[in-house]
Amino acid sequence: MTRYAAPGQPDALMAYQSRYDHWIGGEYVAPAGGRYFENPSPVNGQPFCEVARGTAEDVERALDAAHAAAPAWGRTPAARRADVLNKIADRMEANLAALALAESWENGKPIRETLAADIPLAVDHFRYFAGAVRAQEGSLAELDEDTVAYHFHEPLGVVAQIIPWNFPILMAVWKLAPALAAGNAVVLKPAEQTPASVHYWLSLVADLLPPGVVNVVNGFGVEAGKPLASSPRVAKVAFTGETTTGRLIMQYASENIKPVTLELGGKSPNIFFEDVSQHHDDFYDKALEGFTMFALNQGEVCTCPSRALIQRGHYDGFLSDAIARTERVVQGHPLDTETMVGAQASNDQLEKILSYLEIGRAEGAKVLIGGERVDLGGELSGGYYVQPTIFEGSNSMRIFQEEIFGPVVSVTPFDDFDDAVKIANDTLYGLGAGVWTRDTGTAYRAGRAIQAGRVWTNCYHLYPAHAAFGGYKGSGIGRENHKMMLDHYQQTKNLLVSYSPKAMGFF
Amino acid sequence: MGSEGRRRGSGAGRALEETEGGHRAVTIEARVCRVAVTEAAAALMRTLYEANGPLMFHQSGGCCDGSSPMCYLEGEFRTGASDVLLERLEVPGVAEPVSFWMGARQFERWRHTHLTVDVVPGRGSGFSLEAPEGVRFMIRSRLLTDAEEEVLDHRALTQR
Repeated sequence: MTRYAAPGQPDALMAYQSRYDHWIGGEYVAPAGGRYFENPSPVNGQPFCEVARGTAEDVERALDAAHAAAPAWGRTPAARRADVLNKIADRMEANLAALALAESWENGKPIRETLAADIPLAVDHFRYFAGAVRAQEGSLAELDEDTVAYHFHEPLGVVAQIIPWNFPILMAVWKLAPALAAGNAVVLKPAEQTPASVHYWLSLVADLLPPGVVNVVNGFGVEAGKPLASSPRVAKVAFTGETTTGRLIMQYASENIKPVTLELGGKSPNIFFEDVSQHHDDFYDKALEGFTMFALNQGEVCTCPSRALIQRGHYDGFLSDAIARTERVVQGHPLDTETMVGAQASNDQLEKILSYLEIGRAEGAKVLIGGERVDLGGELSGGYYVQPTIFEGSNSMRIFQEEIFGPVVSVTPFDDFDDAVKIANDTLYGLGAGVWTRDTGTAYRAGRAIQAGRVWTNCYHLYPAHAAFGGYKGSGIGRENHKMMLDHYQQTKNLLVSYSPKAMGFF
Repeated sequence: MGSEGRRRGSGAGRALEETEGGHRAVTIEARVCRVAVTEAAAALMRTLYEANGPLMFHQSGGCCDGSSPMCYLEGEFRTGASDVLLERLEVPGVAEPVSFWMGARQFERWRHTHLTVDVVPGRGSGFSLEAPEGVRFMIRSRLLTDAEEEVLDHRALTQR
């Protein structure tokens, strides 16, 4: 086991500054209102830096800088933009462990995840979009001998991006990489729960970007997010969060006739057909891990497999093995490399999870394991820790219908294929799903029948840059990842050209 | 029906205090209702009302900050045919009732539960008004009793 030293300790890989201003136009700018807010680490509940409390004035200033930078960045050849993205990726890779440490300290997630997933995925995301934009081509259509329709990709200009707190760096990169590759300038607002790690990232890569191409305004949603999302000066708003704020952002965008992409969460079913238990082999072991994925990132994932549907034929045996697997999950100090489950990201998140544990019991769900807050002792006593929890109940219960965003899974049995699909689709959301079976026909039919944007088939929680990610139903609008994201950040310019000297003959 | 409902309602209020321990503020719940407000939440609403004006809630679902009651200036969030008005909360010291809304499809999955708006120390959530104060509104839930459900369903029918 390795225990990484906390940021700022003498032998630590990185240190946070004691204060972060806004990053605007390639320099740090103090907030117009002169106010800052404290930023605690969920690991111990103690503040470790303070961050600018942005207002509309700061947002305007960032938009000024972005608008000044956007035209030149948009005209920069794709090869040069791709080069910048590749250099950012190289710089991040060279500082991977330091970025992982920064991310774990700010979010509370275990460093084994940030080392193995968050930061390597973010690095690859820049490389993927560097490659994608190099390979992107417009098109032409020869309408007749003398008439041609050309289609060009043009950047939107200045885009607003509002980032969630569950994967602060990776989610910022999901939005930044395609937007920058496509030639846009960005004003980005990190979540107020995790406002600092993106500044550590900036400290590593800012010199690679022309001033004003990336601007970061910190602050609270109502004070900084709202003026950004409602500004007529942004060409698009990209948001990851929840349904009410998503609707509000659409309402603001409708006032300005601007497009939005929204990623609004889910209540993802993870379906285990009974043939999974035919053999106790590697695949069975993999399926048990797939069940336990509900605890990944403390359950703070929009695609958390928070509903496990287990076919009756193997219900008892599979569930009992799944409980045993969950018992082996190591909860502890997020900076220990053995720790699998760390701290919830904030106190209110902790309180919300505890309130769901309460209503789950009140509705008659049975707690099979966990169900309580954990005091890990020592400096961790001030942190926000919850036991991985397995509930058994029915799909109409609120713990089956609402995103708890904690390490909590609700288990229910199903009879057959049709029953599985019916339960899986009986939800307001449609972001992710998991299907586990040894029968490829069942896997295919289930995957197509489930109303969700991504159906992991005999796997779960993989997030490669080349696979489109996004929601059906209440889970949002648009996609992230995949080269199609370039289109999400581009206008289509059609030049309809006649090479004929002859009049059309109407007048 | 009415007196039965009131009796059940006050009983439910006591139940809430018991489940949440003696330290929590007394719940304001004078009649059968879908939504109640703790004293601490009411105090925060008074502060927000004085600073901003009339208030509304829309109960969120989904990711990250979801499942939280979002507090806005009344009218900031446009409600429509896809929303249900659960209550117009009478909060002492707040002149206008505070409307509490939820998406209709979400309400179908929540309607068997009674909600109490509470407040906890926390950090931000969407565009909700209280976030910069270092606190978060949150929802505590309990099951409605059969009698309460009857009263509330009857009320919904007669108010159509």
